[in-house]
Amino acid sequence: MIVFRILLGATLLMPLRAEAREIYVSNERDNTVSVIDAATWEVARTFPVGRRPRGLTFSRDGKRLFVCASDSDAVQVIDPDTGKLLHDLPSGEDPEQFALAPDGKTLFIANENNATTTVVDADSRKVLAQVDVGIEPEGMAVSPDGTLAVTTSETTNMVHWIDTATLQAVDATLVGQRPRHAEFTRDGRRLWVSSEIGGTVAVIDVASRRIVETIGFEIRGISSDRIQPVGIALSEDGRTAFVALGPSDRVAAVDTETFKVKAYILVGRRVWHVAVLPGGERLVTTNGVSGDVTVIDAASLKAIRSIKVGRYPWGAAVRPTEMARGVDGRSAGAAE
Amino acid sequence: MSTRADFSDGGRKGSRATRDAFRALVAAGLWLWAGAALAAPAGAPLTIHYLERRIERPTPLNNEPRVPEDEGLRGAELGLRDGNATGRFVGLTFALKPTVVAPGADLLAALAALVRENGGPPRFLVVNAPADDLLAVADAPEAREAVLLNVGAPDTRLRDRDCRARLLHVSPSRDMLTDALVQLLVHKRWGRLLLVSGPGPDDALYAEALRRSARKFGARILAEATFDARGADLRDSALKEFVLLTRGPDHDAVAVADERGEFGGNLVYNTAAPRPVVGTHGLTPAAWGRPVEAWAAVQLQGRFAKLAGRPMGPVDWAGWMAVHAVTEAATQLTSSDPAAIRDRLLSKKFEVGGFKGRALSFRPWNGQLRQPVFVLWPGAVVAAAPVEGFLHRRTELDTLGLDEPESACRAFGGHG
Repeated sequence: MIVFRILLGATLLMPLRAEAREIYVSNERDNTVSVIDAATWEVARTFPVGRRPRGLTFSRDGKRLFVCASDSDAVQVIDPDTGKLLHDLPSGEDPEQFALAPDGKTLFIANENNATTTVVDADSRKVLAQVDVGIEPEGMAVSPDGTLAVTTSETTNMVHWIDTATLQAVDATLVGQRPRHAEFTRDGRRLWVSSEIGGTVAVIDVASRRIVETIGFEIRGISSDRIQPVGIALSEDGRTAFVALGPSDRVAAVDTETFKVKAYILVGRRVWHVAVLPGGERLVTTNGVSGDVTVIDAASLKAIRSIKVGRYPWGAAVRPTEMARGVDGRSAGAAE
Repeated sequence: MSTRADFSDGGRKGSRATRDAFRALVAAGLWLWAGAALAAPAGAPLTIHYLERRIERPTPLNNEPRVPEDEGLRGAELGLRDGNATGRFVGLTFALKPTVVAPGADLLAALAALVRENGGPPRFLVVNAPADDLLAVADAPEAREAVLLNVGAPDTRLRDRDCRARLLHVSPSRDMLTDALVQLLVHKRWGRLLLVSGPGPDDALYAEALRRSARKFGARILAEATFDARGADLRDSALKEFVLLTRGPDHDAVAVADERGEFGGNLVYNTAAPRPVVGTHGLTPAAWGRPVEAWAAVQLQGRFAKLAGRPMGPVDWAGWMAVHAVTEAATQLTSSDPAAIRDRLLSKKFEVGGFKGRALSFRPWNGQLRQPVFVLWPGAVVAAAPVEGFLHRRTELDTLGLDEPESACRAFGGHG
């Protein structure tokens, strides 16, 4: 915590809201995590992690960072202050993405190579269950009330619904080709799912598990093949969904009432994921091919700066601070 | 009207089919779905047949590995495995029945035997055979109700004047391959070519495809030569002979048309000028290859290697893709009704992933699967065509191969 407090001290002159915010970005090709200081928008430090890090998220108190090191077949638990590995969690083969349940300790991990979801108790470090799902599970999300977990299977093209009480898959919903990411709305009534190859986002009614809206995207001058929705993040007020559109190098801002696209925001190349900073004024994107992070101003829906990170940045998570603790641990596309 | 036995796994009408159906029903824990009673009893697997004519191939040069005997079939097997892993969530099961005949054997007799054993004509038939065999199968009365999926014949004529209404092409055609290569060459401003062709009829077809692609995209073939490797020992002669062969006007690359691999491998680094070799050897266009890893291809490569114990080749990919397309259409419909699946495959709504970074679909004018083509050498993928800058009003994928106005195919009831 000492390092953390020093950082706090150094940023006292910055606006209060940005104080000591740290954004952690996984660099898939460098096997590192870059830590961006949101006060200065500079990379404060970079530390090594396991091989091919993708999804990352924080414990609710911000004191432990979980990283999916896909090619190391491990979920690593890291001290964010020092970057030191505390221990590995049993994760099953090829963990790709995960989601932390609201209880703060149950981790749902998508195992891309063997068509399962592994459920792990992060405190006792025990595997609670392995749930059979479709081929290449990737997206993971847990409903805000903690009763449902979902995973998307990229080749089976389904959302699999898992009852968190019984840890059984109870239903499946067909969606567009290659579903990559799932995000519950804050009220838990809707689930947003991106289909990378289908080029669409499905909005699913959670109670009936039926698609209520399919959102398409159109960008002048960009071939539809290149518009490939991946990461999704919802604004704090719930009114806007930000959808990363992959090799079109844009993020769509979608009105969650009308499902109309309000803006396409040009960011770096091959944008994977989006994370909203607490307060809702800024969001960041990870841009795989250009190796940078774009900062977007939520009010003007414009990119305001970019920050060079490592090679192939993939996931981003905002570290919860003591002030903001309990407000919302999910901010950061947390489950990327 | 089809009968139950059409879709059962090998049994005639009667107790075995019923028992299989019952077992599958119990296993899936599902009840009848709407409309299914018309086509098949619930839980009875939808059978996809795989029909292959083996072909004789020369011993590879330079101790290169042989083309695996089971190339194609292993891909189809993985497609089946993937299809069942998906289908179980909607109560569908699929079966794959392979029939493989030797180079000299009677393919149509094998088809007739397949129909007898199947208890009815096949409805989905993945065919891995040369063009003439493929057409004979397509025109045979036994296949009159089948959707055929071509995974082995690259001949452009099958997508042109020799097309058939029920014949879909999963493998890219020769002209799609050469279009992909020439797009990359033009993009790199390496458009001045020398062309060296082997003596085989397939070499002539490849060379002709290269000429057409060059015309289409503005590359130029400055000079042509032929080379017959028969009787030559390339280990002794390559250093001298190929230098003589590739002397010509100032050029950017040497294109080679040698489909059976009788000399092309030895041409690389043996040219007169320091120029790359492209075509069937050197830098080659292919539906799939070992270095393909982007767009989650590494997942498919991994699953295939686990199943087959070897890398996935282009015909393996096509076999996988053919079965995947059928099972995916069935899953989208949650139905195993063959007529509905066929309509779905050909409908504008149908889109399927194939680990190539784009949604794939069948061209409604000739049944060709739209797809990116990789341009690669054994060490790396250099580009995935369509290459940036080659535009098309419908989709850039249609810059590869015969476009609607160019195709003489009328069997799909399209233009004309």
